[in-house]
Amino acid sequence: MIHIALILTVAAYVLSLGFYVRYLSAGRALIGRLGTVFLALGLVAHYFALLERSRGLHTVPYHDLYGSMSLFGWLLALTYLGLELYHRHRSVGAFVLPFILVFFLAAHLAPADRLPQPNLRGAVFAFHVTLSILAYAAFALSFVLSVIFLGEERLLRRHELGNMVWRLPPLELLERMSQSSVLVGLVSIGIGTALGFVSVDRLTGQIWFYDPKYVVTLLVLLLYLLYFRLARTTTWRGARASKLCIFNFVVVVLSFTVVNFYLSHSHRYF
Amino acid sequence: MEIVLVGLNHRTAPVEVREKVSFNAEQARRAADELRSRGILEETLVLSTCNRSEVYGVPPEFSHQCAPGLSSFLSEFHAVRPEMLSGSLYHHYDREAVRHLFRVSAGLDSMLLGEAEILGQVREAYRFAHEHGATGPVLNRLFQGALEVGKRVRTETDLGTRPMSVASAGVKLAERIFGKLEERSVLVLGAGAIGEQVVSQLRVRGIANLFLMNRSRDRAEELAREYGGKVVGWGEWDAALRLPDVVVSSVAAEDLILDREIIERAMEARENRALFLMDLGMPRNIDPGVAKLYNVYVYNMDDLSDIVQQNRQARENEIPRAENIVEAHVGKFLSWQASVELVSLVDELRARVQEERIAFIKARMESMAHLSEQDRLRMEGLMDELLEKLLLEPAQKLRGEKELRRKVQNVEALRDLFLSKREKP
Repeated sequence: MIHIALILTVAAYVLSLGFYVRYLSAGRALIGRLGTVFLALGLVAHYFALLERSRGLHTVPYHDLYGSMSLFGWLLALTYLGLELYHRHRSVGAFVLPFILVFFLAAHLAPADRLPQPNLRGAVFAFHVTLSILAYAAFALSFVLSVIFLGEERLLRRHELGNMVWRLPPLELLERMSQSSVLVGLVSIGIGTALGFVSVDRLTGQIWFYDPKYVVTLLVLLLYLLYFRLARTTTWRGARASKLCIFNFVVVVLSFTVVNFYLSHSHRYF
Repeated sequence: MEIVLVGLNHRTAPVEVREKVSFNAEQARRAADELRSRGILEETLVLSTCNRSEVYGVPPEFSHQCAPGLSSFLSEFHAVRPEMLSGSLYHHYDREAVRHLFRVSAGLDSMLLGEAEILGQVREAYRFAHEHGATGPVLNRLFQGALEVGKRVRTETDLGTRPMSVASAGVKLAERIFGKLEERSVLVLGAGAIGEQVVSQLRVRGIANLFLMNRSRDRAEELAREYGGKVVGWGEWDAALRLPDVVVSSVAAEDLILDREIIERAMEARENRALFLMDLGMPRNIDPGVAKLYNVYVYNMDDLSDIVQQNRQARENEIPRAENIVEAHVGKFLSWQASVELVSLVDELRARVQEERIAFIKARMESMAHLSEQDRLRMEGLMDELLEKLLLEPAQKLRGEKELRRKVQNVEALRDLFLSKREKP
């Protein structure tokens, strides 16, 4: 069953990527719609793949790097699909799908690296982890959107208008999409972090203990709040805000990798 | 009767050269007068748009001898070094000149393939030259044909039906930056034909605010009434540039209208809110250096060529149909030209034959003194009848010739056989 879900997921994501790329070059609406349809099918298949994995673990699959990566990929796809439907623009799909595919394949093709079951379990903790990964996925999406913004802005300023520029979202829409994505991330990380404190309180009876992950998460929260505020000011709107967004995501990546692997005691894979 | 064309366009000359040899209305009139008074051309029409400066004419002598004189005139008139123009100017004669104009009129030679403005600009140039008496029967016929071609191409092919122009290309570019323009404010500098096109395009997109600035306030107010805009006093830059997201400039001015200092001040007042400047003026109205400012996007006529390339690709399927219309009208014009030449050729031949007959009869009648006056007149009448028959038959045959090339060849052959080189028109 897990193999069927895996094959279906890869097939749907690859087809979706193909249609999105074709849409970017040809601009035919039907091709774009097919990209969306296959992304949705990929999400369903990916969900069943995660479900199968969860049944084995009896919880959300975040206890190993590959499980959390797969969940990250799924949430990235889900966030993107929501954003696409909300803003009614499909051309970013060609840039987001490769990330989704890489995370999914890396998670499911590599051998599992399972840690011992953590002490923390239950719905609150599961939401804490899921929302935190959702926040990272949303921030990743805003990173992709900011990179596209800077690329398109550069092409427009240099007057190098190829076919692709005409298919990409207008600069201002890219900004709005990036801000929407960051808003999703901020809400998720805010609620997720609060739920994390609730879980710790339930387990240990104290709401706070020192973990470098807390500090970095707080920093990430502040940086994205700063971005969200500045991106709406006329002085920062545009390339400056996009650069800040990219910088913020670098901090997120550091938090997801260096901090998790080497500094944090309780946040290994999320 | 030959047609000559000397000019340059966006393909042969960069904007720096084109802006130096562009003609405003007064210059066009003066150039046409000078060309005729100097005897370089008998009929003249100057077509000057943002992308081209062309002089069409009918020279008194063979056109190939006239072209260098026209080139020298252009460099002298605009005080430009001849070597600056030498690589940029093109010369076309007769059939090629006719085809070039018809392609221009059809929008096939435009930077934006199938653009709508050029037909209006050709019409305006013709009206202006005609009113000032610079055109004659040949250019009148030529430009009426060009207007007909432009109209047919726009109504019979998709090249003309799709709204594609410099203005709409610029507006689409603005949409790349701002997305929908519904909540945007736009300032339009200049209220000429292109300015009006832009206003029209912007209104279709439902912009929130339209500001118009023109040296002639009356014209700006006229446009403002028509399109629901507000008129801003000329030169009130600080106030005028504070609100708009898009500025479209198409002012006929020798110097820059918006320099870097003005835009820097405006961006400070706008707190760096994005500003899209569309410079459709020729010479350019906006200092190109402002493109380096944060959140400022500047596009001039040359920059729009990128858009042209994209649209051209999409519209190339329509080119063969448009070219067919052009070719049909080129043939029609040349046929008219050949028939006119045929009439003048037959008239010349008749005059020549009459001269020969008078000399012949005078010489022969001296030795036939026994003939009565009545017999003499009868003989002269018979001779006239014979000569007229000899002349008319080939003329009618030529008129009936369907194939244009053969008709032209026959006219040339008749000229060579019966008229000396000196007598060729």
